[in-house]
Formats: sequence, C-alpha cells, structure tokens
Amino acid sequence: MAKKHISFTLNGAAVETLVEPRELLIHVLREQLRQTGSHIGCETSHCGACTVDLNGKSVKSCTVLAVQADGGRVLTVEGLAHNGQLHPVQEGFMQEHGLQCGFCTPGMLMRSYRFLQENPKPTDDEIRVGLSGNLCRCTGYMNIVKAVQYAAAKMQKGG
Amino acid sequence: MAATAEKMEREQKLEGIGCSRKRKEDPRFIQGKGNYVDDINLAGTLFSVVVRSPYAHARVKSIKKDKALALPGVHAVLTAEDLKPLKLHWMPTLAGDVQAVLADQKVCFQYQEVAVVIADNRYIAADGAELVEVEYEPLPALVDPHKAMDADAPIIREDLVGKDEAGQGKRLHNNHIFRWEVGDKAATDKAFAGAEVTVKQAMLNPRVHPCPLETCGCVASFDKVRGELTVYITSQAPHVVRTVVSLLSGLPESKIRVISPDIGGGFGNKVGVYPGYVTAIVASIVLGRPVKWVESRIENLSTTAFARDYHMVGELAADKNGRIKALRVDVLADHGAFNSHAQPTKWPAGLFSICTGSYDIPVAYVKVDGVYTNKAPGGVAYRCSFRVTEAVHLIERMIDILAQKLGIDKAEIRMRNFIKPEQFPYHSALGWEYDSGNYPAALKKVMAAVDYTGLRKEQAEKRKRGELMGIGICTFTEIVGAGPSKSCDILGVGMFDSCEIRVHPTGSAIARLGTMSTGQAHETTYAQIIASELGLPSEVIQVEEGDTSTAPYGLGTYGSRSTPVGGAASARAARKIRDKARKIAAHLLEVSPDDLDWDVDRFKVKGVPGQEKTMKEIAWAAYNNVPPGMEMGLEAVEYYDPPNFTYPFGAYLCVVDIDRYTGETKVRRFYALDDCGTRINPMIIEGQIHGGLTEAYAVAMGQLIAFDADGNLLSNSLMDYFLPTAVEAPKWETDYTVTPSPHHPLGAKGVAESPHVGGIPCFTNAVNDAFDHLGVTHIDMPHTAFNVWKTIHELGLDKRA
Repeated sequence: MAKKHISFTLNGAAVETLVEPRELLIHVLREQLRQTGSHIGCETSHCGACTVDLNGKSVKSCTVLAVQADGGRVLTVEGLAHNGQLHPVQEGFMQEHGLQCGFCTPGMLMRSYRFLQENPKPTDDEIRVGLSGNLCRCTGYMNIVKAVQYAAAKMQKGG
Repeated sequence: MAATAEKMEREQKLEGIGCSRKRKEDPRFIQGKGNYVDDINLAGTLFSVVVRSPYAHARVKSIKKDKALALPGVHAVLTAEDLKPLKLHWMPTLAGDVQAVLADQKVCFQYQEVAVVIADNRYIAADGAELVEVEYEPLPALVDPHKAMDADAPIIREDLVGKDEAGQGKRLHNNHIFRWEVGDKAATDKAFAGAEVTVKQAMLNPRVHPCPLETCGCVASFDKVRGELTVYITSQAPHVVRTVVSLLSGLPESKIRVISPDIGGGFGNKVGVYPGYVTAIVASIVLGRPVKWVESRIENLSTTAFARDYHMVGELAADKNGRIKALRVDVLADHGAFNSHAQPTKWPAGLFSICTGSYDIPVAYVKVDGVYTNKAPGGVAYRCSFRVTEAVHLIERMIDILAQKLGIDKAEIRMRNFIKPEQFPYHSALGWEYDSGNYPAALKKVMAAVDYTGLRKEQAEKRKRGELMGIGICTFTEIVGAGPSKSCDILGVGMFDSCEIRVHPTGSAIARLGTMSTGQAHETTYAQIIASELGLPSEVIQVEEGDTSTAPYGLGTYGSRSTPVGGAASARAARKIRDKARKIAAHLLEVSPDDLDWDVDRFKVKGVPGQEKTMKEIAWAAYNNVPPGMEMGLEAVEYYDPPNFTYPFGAYLCVVDIDRYTGETKVRRFYALDDCGTRINPMIIEGQIHGGLTEAYAVAMGQLIAFDADGNLLSNSLMDYFLPTAVEAPKWETDYTVTPSPHHPLGAKGVAESPHVGGIPCFTNAVNDAFDHLGVTHIDMPHTAFNVWKTIHELGLDKRA
C-alpha cells in the first residue's frame, strides 16, 4: 500500500513520517514515534484510554487516521509536564489517588486537561459528564472527580 | 511528653503502617512512563493474530493457509496440525482437564482459537488472518447448562468420550465434569424435615467478565543461540506461568524468564494461561524472533476468563423466630467447553462452601455439578476469591427471603443469626475456621450511620403512595489469602508466597516478592510494612515484583492474597533482618542483645539514655563490622505458608429508588463498612473499596455475557457489555472497624475483593426489597431498567390511573 508522508507537531516538536492511509493515529504514536503513554483499551472508541489532544480538541486516537493529523498539533500525556513541573491535572491525580493500575490515566489526564479549558470551574456532576467518554475499571471515579477539582482550583490560582 | 513527641515524629518520617502516603507508582503513570506489555518494543518483533471460530460448535473440515502465506509480510500460519509434532496442540489446565491450544478437528465455542498468523506487523497479521480459509460443518450447540446432562444432549468433548473422569472425580455424563459434595447431608435433611419454617429459591449468578482496561497479551522472545526464552506477559502469576511453560516446552525453568511488567488491571482475568500466549511462544521458538500477541477487546470479552455462571438453588430451615437451623444448596456450574478455571487445583467449586456466611448455622450440605457447554472456558475471576461471590450472594439472598417469609426485619434477622464475637475462632458447618470477627458491631454502626429506622419509616410511607424504594443489607464474610499449602496448591505447588529483602550499606533497601500488582499499589503498601518493621523510610524501600529471574518464587496475586500472604512474608523477612540487626547493634554497643529495646528505627540500651544505634547505622556496620562468626550483609528471604485463610467481613447498606414506569433504578445511598483487620494504607484501602463497589454495581445492575440459542455471543464489545462511566457510577460512603487476624503477623486480612463480593448482593437485596411488600421473593441480576420494568409490568404497577 502506497504510504503517505505526513507531518505534525507532537508535544511541541515537529515530526514527519510515512504512514499507510489506513494506519490509526494511536498506532503511529505508539509504534513509530514510540510515545507509548497513550493506550489501547478497545477498538470501538468507548474506553478513552487512547485520548489525545488534536488541534485543541480531545480525540480518541484509536478511531482517528494518522493522515488526519497531517499539519495538525498533537498533545499527548508525555507533553503535559513542562520543565519538570507537573501539570495541575497530573498533580491532582496523584494527590487525590485518582489512579490505580494507570492504564486509563493518560487518557483521563488528556481529557481533564481539555475539559478544564472548556469549563474552568466545573461542578462535580459536570466533571462526570465531561469525562464520561473515558472508562476506568479501578477507581470508581470518585477520586478522579476530586483530582479534577484539585486541578481546577490550582489553575484558578494560576498554578 | 517531649520523648513521646520525638518518637511520633520518627514514626511519621517512616511513612509506614497506617499512613495514607501517596503512591510510589504514580509518578510514572501520570507522565506516560508506565511500561505495559504492549509498550515492549524488541527489535525485529513480529505480531500474531488469532483466527477464531464463527461457530459455537462445528467440525473443522479443512484449513487452507496458501492465500495467507502468499501475503507479503506473513511469516507463518500455525494450526493444530503444526503443533501436533510438538505435542502442543492441547495443554493441561489447572483443573486437571485439557484445553485445545488450537482447535483439533472441532471447535467448541464461538471465537475459539483455530489458527494463528504471524506477520511483520499487526496490520499484515490481521490481513493474513482474513485470508486463512477454514471450512466448518456446524453442529448443534449446547447453550443451556440445564440441558447439558440430557440423554440427547450434543457431546461437546469427544476427546473425553469413554473417560469417566476429567481430573476432578467421577463423571456421570459426557458433558459432566465433576460432582462436588461437602457437609453432612443426612443431618441437613433431618433438620429440614423437622423444621418449623423452610424457604427455597432458585437464583442465577449470570456469566460476566472482569474486563480489565488492558486486554491480555505477551511478547515472547526466544534466543536460539543461548536457548533462552523471555516472555513479557500480562500475568497475575508470572512464576506459575514459568512453571507451566517449562512443563509444556521441555525447556528447563532456569532458561525461561517470565516478566510481568506494569499490568493494566487484572481482576482475575490474567491468572490463566491462554492459547494466545502459547502460540506466541511457539512461534518465537520456531522463528527465532520476538513475537507479540495482544488481544482486541472483542477477543478479551469472548475468550479469556469469564466469571460466575452459577445456577443455584438455596434452601434454609429455621424456627419461627428466624433462627436458622440448616442450609442446603444445589448448584449447576457452567464451565464452558474446557474446565480451565484458575484456582487451587483440589477445589472444583473453589471456596464456595463459605456459603454459610456470617451466620451460626448448625448443619449444611452443598452439592455442585460442573458441566460443559459450548461457551468460552473460565469461571473463576472478577475480584472474587474463588467462588466466594456466588456463595455470599446465595446466603445473603436466602436470609432476606427467610426474613420476608417470617415478617422479620432484615437487619434484625441477621442480628439473630450472627456468629457471636465470643465464638471466634469459629468452626463452620462446612469445615472452615473463621479467624476473627465482630459482626453485630459492624451492622449496628452502619444502621446508626444511615438512620436505619428512619429509612424504614420513609419506605413505609412511600409504599403507601405507590412509590418503589428498596433498602438492601449485606453482612458478608469473605475468605481470602489462599492459602495454607496443606489444602491449597496450583499444579502441586503449595500456595505460599515470598519476600526477599536486602538492606544496602547506606540504609536503603530493595524488596522482591512473588506476588504481582495489577494496580493495587504493592510498591507502596509493602514498602510501608517493611518501613515499620525495619525502621527505614518507605520512600527508600524499593519494591519489585513480576520478574521470575530476580524475584523469589511466589504464587501471584488473586483472591486478595497479597496482603494476607505476601504482606506476612514481608513482615517476617523484615523481622529476620531486625533480629540480625539487634546482634550487630549489641556488638557495636558492647552489650548483650537482650539488653536492647527496639524503638521505631533504632535499638536502645535499656536504662542508658543516649546509648543507641539506628537501623541506618547498623546497615553500614553490617558491611564492615559484624560480630565475630557472623556473615556480612543484611538480607533475608521468607517463604510464608499461612496457617489459615483470613476472613475479612463487612456490613453494607444500599438505598435505591425505582421509577415505577421505566424501571430505572437510582442508587441514592451506599454505605460500606469494611473490616480488613489492620489497615496498612487507608487511602489505598478506600480506593480499592471504591473500585470494588463500582464493579459490584456493574455486575448487579447491567453486566451480562449473553448468548443466543446457537451459542452466538451477544455482548462482546463495549457497545454491548456494560462498564459504568463516571455518570452512572454511584457515590460511595466508606467506614471501617478493625478486628485484627490473630494468625497474621500484622493482623491484616486483605480487602480488595470485599466490596465486590459484598456489594453485588447488597444491590440485589435493595432492588428485591423494593418489591418485598408485593410478594416478590427474588429477581435475578442484572437489574437493568428493562429487567426491572418487566417485574413492574407483571405486577401491573406501570398502569397509569
């Protein structure tokens, strides 16, 4: 199958690569670019473990073709921290015990990151709806809600 | 007082037992630096995809590989014929049966493994799998286990025809696997014959699936030159996998290294050895290259370790006051096409005989028949210590049904039947020795916290208005921490577990264990145990598991056994080190070891303030100044064989409101009190309880692995199989009491499964309680809106005036 040349920014750095038109973004991120933070938990876009930020929106990269990222901006969990400083959502998940096995965590973090830009002062119920595209089998979500509130409060203070 | 404050400060610095310290695992997981099986990237890795049966029951007439092999990038296509010369087309199961690795002439469940395609990458392997041509001759499928032993039932396991046993006792039919009986039948029957009151109820624990977010997978890498095999695998029991692989392959265990890296949830789904692992290993040995196999979600839900499928009939005999005199249980267990459930080898129905629960029942009798059907194999999984979920469900439903019949309050009937605190250690009618408990105190605390009387009053008022409100109670007793090697083994290996600790010269340490975390934070919890025992900060105690070349042999993590067994091993290994440290300290201080007192993180000379040596100082001395005749170094290993199981318990209460027109059930309140004995990290315990309750909610309210009459699976993707999102998941209130285990070195009992085991019947009891006044005795799970509405509709409650 003829490959396509694509280029995009990944966590702020320019990348270019050759992909088959049918290749999924999650596979290109994980296998070609070796950014294995984003995970694959299903193939029907239900679980959200593969959630990344594409051009300012949360997408499930298991149902996005890599060619659709051509010319775009991709942010993954590997790009959340800056200069060794954790992003408030990362800090919140650790402080509030918002993770256990860690498999859903990258997707949860990326969705929380975008969600808090869409709704900087959410209620608990708004967080639950906002994160309803991401499944967690371990935590029961209560601590995830607290983690997002922790991040929201910190970001309000300019953290 | 100053001395006490100083001591407390030193204790706090250790962040040991009782401290809700943050998890040591989290920094890597929140930065995308976890290392899961699918993240393993060995040079030259090939990818394998399994060709699966579209039929539940069919003969395999022919398999044509030519087109697949002709596809560029495909390296091999393996079928049973290819594995036969290696004697690997069948494999032994933990239950004494055999399972086809790749279908040998016939398939016995839909999605069964028929062939494997090995290719350069996952896309080509998937293309290749599409090109494998398999010709099938469909056979009638056996889906209903109640028809398995009919005279004209289709024979599922032709390989067993003529064999009157399949590893677990005498078989009574071609589709029969075993009959397991426990208890005193004659005495039980007599108690029923003379009973003032009896109740009987059929109920189903339906087939469900643990569905961890990461599916199963492995990377097998065989080095032909060295003759060494390395397998990265999603296994909760890597050491057992090494033993099984050695037995299957003939390679010495010393040339096999099994590594469980980070695992994305297990819940019992990742205990067994699956055909996908075996074929990847064979392919790597044959091709001399690393081979990766990672399940899709559909494959995970279709083929690897389901849970339950227990069709139970419970009976209680009692007096008019609700005092239980006897329990009788008859179970039909659907094990699918192969008896390959993962549990202690000698227990065909696991620990199901814990079904007398928290109640002092004088006599009991249980009979379980296991049968084959044309469904995927498995059965023991899902946050449950070997059939305890089914057992607790049975007794907690039955006691409600008895209360209903007698018109006794459901809390009151429990109080009347509880094993009393002074009866511990308690010997149950079915042979268990409960270590410790205080059941009345737990239930009373919950009733006070939720204002139980007030809730019942509210319910009575709502019933007058035709509203449906249910109050569910569950006072469960678990049995975990398998187990004493005298009664528990896996393939002949006793179910001990192990810990090896090395203290380094500068006072940090590494501990390696035979258990395996799948998200429970062992790196944190074990470090806290060792911190308190050794007086070194948990922050500098590194915990490693999962690598069979470095960790001591252990049986792995399932059945809530890590804290009861691995935790005990950690404490005892640390105590061995502390004993040696005492001698070194005595040597340094020029006193007798008996003259020393242990004080948090140091030894002090009795009655001589200031004469002391900290563990950090002793660690340094262990490498340069030990007593004459003593070996250098500061390390120990412990293989801990527990004297008994542990018996965590709890009292749960759930309030539901049901819409009488739609059947929609809202969980208004769920109050969970757990007693897991000594609590190591309360934050982590609470997290485990939240997770277990959410999984219990999923099972009770929506999960079902369903089949049609032909054995077609109807619920094998996340479109059809219910996993609660943050929107559906209820909010939890947690509480605790502490009744230490008398035989565990720390008094700890294990906790992660309790909320699942106790939560499921609590939800079911709540839903049933909503219909209690209308004469409904029992409604089976799952309590989806549609199923609840069916009950409502039958009762005519949905008619609008």
